[in-house]
Amino acid sequence: MITEIIGTYLVALCLLIGSGFVLVGVVGLLKFNDPMTRLHAPTKVGTIGIGALLLASIIHTFVRGEPSAHELLIMAFLFVTAPISAHFIAKVHIHSRSCVAPPPPAHDDTWATLNVPDADREIKEFKPE
Amino acid sequence: MARAFRWLLPHPFLTLLLAIVWTLLQNDVSAGMVVFGVILGIIIPRMTSIWWPDTPQGFHLGKMTTYSIMVMWDIMVANVQVAWIVLTVPNAKLKPAWIVVPLELRQPEAITMLAGTITLTPGTVSADLSDQGHSLLVHVLHTDDPDAVLSEIKTRYESRLKEIFK
Repeated sequence: MITEIIGTYLVALCLLIGSGFVLVGVVGLLKFNDPMTRLHAPTKVGTIGIGALLLASIIHTFVRGEPSAHELLIMAFLFVTAPISAHFIAKVHIHSRSCVAPPPPAHDDTWATLNVPDADREIKEFKPE
Repeated sequence: MARAFRWLLPHPFLTLLLAIVWTLLQNDVSAGMVVFGVILGIIIPRMTSIWWPDTPQGFHLGKMTTYSIMVMWDIMVANVQVAWIVLTVPNAKLKPAWIVVPLELRQPEAITMLAGTITLTPGTVSADLSDQGHSLLVHVLHTDDPDAVLSEIKTRYESRLKEIFK
């Protein structure tokens, strides 16, 4: 009985923390006005938000006496794939010149995204106001 | 013997990981499922080894574990920091910056790990790799001192990854 009560409160707490972080991620996505800074909010805050929601799900299954570990896998796949999608979104911004131009690399000639023939750069250059 | 082992298990840790993932997917630990997971873990790396010929040598699982725990903690701290920046710093006062991280790591696996770690931790997103793979482009959300961020990435993450992938 007492474990059920503690479990329920833990689930509620995790749900609150998770939804709070997801809300902050959405606020960041709407608030920032530069494509690159906008990328920061969902990649990090979203990850921990969904992590807390999944933790709530794990605790809930343990409290009900049907332990489940699928959530761990979801978390692992999310942590592996979130940086990759963020990386690709960043590469698109660099390619389409919709962000401030990056400085040149330290040892090599240019960045991999910019190392394409000029014919492939059909999108117009970004002009800051 | 060693050659037979390498032929059968081109990526031993991948085999282990696949077996664990399979068992977790079943949501139930039973001998049959673990054995089937191990069989999958042997067949899949064997069939895909053509596309991934080089196994990272001298991989330290113990150091990797401590590194993962440290990164997990950093992710928690990073999230609170970024949430605070999102809620309190107005757009006009935000100081985003590009930083260029010269890489000492050479293995693709190690660079991937570093890039992923950078994206998940304090206010940084790894955005691009240079054409020869000697530097990493990182975008910082809000910083007064880009050099401090650079030295933190170098000392906190890259030096540890260099010990993991010797």
